[in-house]
Amino acid sequence: MNLIVDILRAAIPAGTPLLLGTLGEIYVERSGILNLGVEGIMIMGAVTAFGVTTLTSNVWLGIFASTITGGMMALIHAFDCVTLKANQTLSGLALTMLGSGLSGLIGKRYIGMPLSSKLQNVPLKGLVNIPVIGPVLFDQDPLVYISYILAFLFWFFLFNTRFGITLRSVGESPEVADSAGINIPAIQYFAVFLGGIMSGLGGAYLSVAYAPVWIEGMTAGTGWIVLAITIFSLWRPERAILGSYLFGGVRVLQYRLQPLGISPNILNMMPFVFTILVLMIASREISKKRIGAPASLGVSYQREKTL
Amino acid sequence: MGKVIQMKGIVKSFGNIIANNRVDFDLREGEIHGLLGENGAGKTTLMNILYGLYSPDAGEIYIDGNRVDIKSPSDAINFGISMVHQNFKLIQSHTVVENVALGLKGTGFFFPARTVERRIREFSQKYGFKIDPHTPVWQLSAGEKQRVEIVKAFCRNAKVFILDEPTSMLTPAETGELFKLLRLLRVEGKSIILITHKLDEVLEVCDRITVLRGGKKIKTVDINEVNKKDLASMMFDQEISFLGRENRMRKVDKDIILEIKNISVLSDKNLLAVKDVSFNIHRGEIFGIAGVAGNGQKELVEAITGLRRTVNGNIYILGRDVTNVGPREILDKGVAHVPEERIRMGVVPSMSLEENFILRSYNKEPFSDGLFLRYDVISNHAKELISRYKISALDEKSPAITLSGGNIQKLILARELTISPVLIVASHPTQGLDMKSIQQIHELLLKQKEDGCAVLLISEDIQELLSLSDRIAVMFDGRISGIRNTDETTIEEIGMLMVGGGDRV
Repeated sequence: MNLIVDILRAAIPAGTPLLLGTLGEIYVERSGILNLGVEGIMIMGAVTAFGVTTLTSNVWLGIFASTITGGMMALIHAFDCVTLKANQTLSGLALTMLGSGLSGLIGKRYIGMPLSSKLQNVPLKGLVNIPVIGPVLFDQDPLVYISYILAFLFWFFLFNTRFGITLRSVGESPEVADSAGINIPAIQYFAVFLGGIMSGLGGAYLSVAYAPVWIEGMTAGTGWIVLAITIFSLWRPERAILGSYLFGGVRVLQYRLQPLGISPNILNMMPFVFTILVLMIASREISKKRIGAPASLGVSYQREKTL
Repeated sequence: MGKVIQMKGIVKSFGNIIANNRVDFDLREGEIHGLLGENGAGKTTLMNILYGLYSPDAGEIYIDGNRVDIKSPSDAINFGISMVHQNFKLIQSHTVVENVALGLKGTGFFFPARTVERRIREFSQKYGFKIDPHTPVWQLSAGEKQRVEIVKAFCRNAKVFILDEPTSMLTPAETGELFKLLRLLRVEGKSIILITHKLDEVLEVCDRITVLRGGKKIKTVDINEVNKKDLASMMFDQEISFLGRENRMRKVDKDIILEIKNISVLSDKNLLAVKDVSFNIHRGEIFGIAGVAGNGQKELVEAITGLRRTVNGNIYILGRDVTNVGPREILDKGVAHVPEERIRMGVVPSMSLEENFILRSYNKEPFSDGLFLRYDVISNHAKELISRYKISALDEKSPAITLSGGNIQKLILARELTISPVLIVASHPTQGLDMKSIQQIHELLLKQKEDGCAVLLISEDIQELLSLSDRIAVMFDGRISGIRNTDETTIEEIGMLMVGGGDRV
């Protein structure tokens, strides 16, 4: 029993960067834009957070800076896809390469450095005493609590506000949204920007909370798993929670199983094998329930191209 | 009655095609105004300009007497103009409420669905129809979807409703209900523009009618002043050049090339698009099919060329039954096909000219030696066709998409004619082309006819049909509403048959 609580409790922080990134990417894709640059934005967020925290000795400043970096990186993608109507896949991949290269360059001097101010666990009084749920959910660091709130807000805004309807409509059919008088570029810019902020935040979580060090390439595929969870979640924030913590759990198991003598190479494969499994399940569900990706995902919209 | 809308001297062109040529239009308060014309007459373009989807090249728009600039649909909506498009602008996977709430002002940022739901219920009570606000749109019938569009317009406080071919997807009963609703809206002082090509409809509900033809305004008339015949003659051009008529060979062979026997074909939506159609085409005959697009011509052509299965009846080519045998076998029987959408179905746009020339025969001698393509032969073949058919192209290696529409059409014809066909099925072969290309294509078709080929010519251009065809069949609502010898008919008669007035054969 203690072991299970232990694993679950570790799964939450392991899943938090995934959750933050996925919430953002859900909004991006709901607006019809595919951003494959999540991995690159995350690693830039990670290095920014680490660097700024080191410079200022204030971890919150570091976290804030990572959201700015993430947002700015994403704006490059928005400019490519929305303004220039470039190929979204290529632009996203380029962003990932840019991020991994640039972060390596910036982060050179931080390699092996301890972080001056790390995000500490803050048990929530009262709530933490609830059996099982308490220690699992409420003995975490503040950014985890913020991610709970964000997950709720992302769900609430998507399905219960005018903004949510607009965002979803733009991703389903920009033509319809256009003829309803929606400013499509504005919505898409906003969604991509917000997605960048969230990915930056996810990256920051890795370098200032989860493993407070800087290692080159430390995201190690987190951004790609975010894209898989986005599909698994069927573009719904509430399902992103489930998906992210599932993956978090897999990551934790990876370390817990190591002492049992299983080859670390096989264990390192686990998240990716799991990704494939999860995508298979999601595809089945998509075809069965007649729900799927936003209909205009990845297609640039242009008015008056007829004739 | 005040003038809600005035459009003066509207000009809009797309490339070489002038869709609107100094069109004037005005709409009074509380009237149903029919905008009548053939497809391509410029009706929808004019209304897309009023709705801010296109910006006019020249011309002025006044609303309630004030000069306005409508740059986007949201401007139009702010001026109280709403448009119900022919292809509904609805998001299939969203519910009725979500569709109505999209872009709607005054709903509150949070929980917009609640306000909208109330308004939908109010509206449906007032006008007496049922609609469940929480059904996803894809589950609704065409008539219900249209009501959602009208509710959408209503919730935006529209005072002007533009309806583009509103009855084209509706059953007769649904059409009746729509007209009832429009009359109710008129009583409330709303103004309605009805874009249509159906004469009966305008005569049934409209107060005034504006007729467009070839991008120009012909006349605006009061409904009491005109009858069906007047309108038909305004819609279709009277002055026909009988250019092709002298060229027509008198001797039409007795041999039947194509025999269509009682065929019925389903559309993509699984509705009966072709209903029990029969006709024969003889050797050396050009058989025209007239009709407004969407009356089953497309499905008929696809059935003949093997692209769509028939549900009933038989198709014979040279006496052989080729019903549902598949396109390759039909092509091998000597059928050439000039498809409706030349870029989408006629060529592979990104492939070179020379490759496009051998799409029918790439797997045969001399272009293939069984394993590899022989590019020297292919290239020479292309050069020869380019010069013989006077296709203007940079060279035979350039992609097909770099050609103009007329040259693409010549490319397709050149390819199809290399097999010396017994039957050519040509769908709208000159649609959207310039005069010179049209003439060249007409000459090519007449040449084939002289050589004993049978031609099935589908066109919306009555003039083209009258100058080329030996006989003309008119399709309306999936049936052939009449077959006429070209020498014994008039443009008026064909026009009447096209819009649903006529005998049933």
